[in-house]
Amino acid sequence: MHIDEIVNGIVIDHIAAGKSMEIYKLLNLDQLECSVAIIKNVNSKKMGKKDIIKIDEALDVNLDALGYIDNGITINTIENGVKTNKRHCELPERIVNVVKCKNPRCITSVEQEIDHVFKLTDRENKIYRCIYCEMKAKN
Amino acid sequence: MKDLIDILDLSIPEIDKLIEVANDIIENPENYREKCKYKKLATLFFEPSTRTRLSFEAAMYELGGNVLGFSEAQSSSAAKGESVSDTVRTVEAYADIIAMRHPKEGAPTVAAAKTQIPIINAGDGGHNHPTQTLTDLLTIKREVGRLDNLTIGLCGDLKFGRTVHSLIQAMVRYDNIKFIMISPKELKLPEYLINEVLVKKNIEFVETESLEESMPELDILYMTRVQKERFFNEADYVRLKDTYILTPDKLEHAKPTMRVLHPLPRVNEISVEVDKDERACYFRQAKNGKYIRMALILKLLGIE
Repeated sequence: MHIDEIVNGIVIDHIAAGKSMEIYKLLNLDQLECSVAIIKNVNSKKMGKKDIIKIDEALDVNLDALGYIDNGITINTIENGVKTNKRHCELPERIVNVVKCKNPRCITSVEQEIDHVFKLTDRENKIYRCIYCEMKAKN
Repeated sequence: MKDLIDILDLSIPEIDKLIEVANDIIENPENYREKCKYKKLATLFFEPSTRTRLSFEAAMYELGGNVLGFSEAQSSSAAKGESVSDTVRTVEAYADIIAMRHPKEGAPTVAAAKTQIPIINAGDGGHNHPTQTLTDLLTIKREVGRLDNLTIGLCGDLKFGRTVHSLIQAMVRYDNIKFIMISPKELKLPEYLINEVLVKKNIEFVETESLEESMPELDILYMTRVQKERFFNEADYVRLKDTYILTPDKLEHAKPTMRVLHPLPRVNEISVEVDKDERACYFRQAKNGKYIRMALILKLLGIE
């Protein structure tokens, strides 16, 4: 399978196999005019299988959101056909408007225009809790 | 610290200081009669609660301040669909401090983020009720003389009882605390509190269904009501509500220095005959609630 090399844009690499569509939706990539390639189940020495997303446009991505979904992801910036920057995602301390609180008793279920904020409460087990009601975030 | 939303917003030294001030208020009330002169407390109760609201109002009046507010959502603009954010922004123009009860969890957190004046969480759904926990801590300290080296029995509804959850969070910060959780298996303490608080902090605890067997060991017995409003099914409520009723004969096996606490209101889980026993301190506890709220208002207004 052949996918054109990017001249100016970003490559989101080392996505756990099967998670690319989640990231596509989260980053609202459907709203971009440029070419976007989702490559699924690519063979990887390190991961066995992985997904890759290539975006043919320079774009500021929400690193916190990516880190929340999968902190193994790397983001490569391509300028004039050359990789100029490689960033690793980390588990963010806070995520804002990435996931919604599903607790029907939470104030976020009725109060309009407030941010849905979750904070990392257990790094080892990757547990995030709503800052309002402390309900665990569900993927 | 601008607000009190969660008991863990307060450090141990801050709690010690509040207890010290509350004790001083009890001993020298005349020194505090004008401390909040010309200050106004707004009690915003989007959900009815007689004793918490009256306790806050009595606290402010005893400090020489004034009180305004509402006691149910129906008599506020929330009934017209106003958001919490807009309500508190408006009230901020009229009051110096807000005590707020709301049926939705986290509502006081929203209020705190939207205002410059202090917000006190007076209960947000089944979530937090930090001034009740402060009341419990002041009561234990006054009745037993210490907040460490205690065996605490928690009895009744440990699943939905927010006062129990907050008390556990507060007490695990002190040395050598042991909990005995006494409840029917349907109302046991939630798993997350066991795993994320008790096990994680290496706190000794026992789960049992027997109040009688636990009694001789206890320094504190914290009784709770099985709350009808937390059940979806009337039959479950009826089946569980009479599981534990504290009577004078059960107290015979308790230490003479043991103390019985209850956040009130009680239904029938403590027989009225127990009230005469010196160990029953729930009405003294209710009184302490006013004093610790006075200390808290002073702290948050920067007066003490």
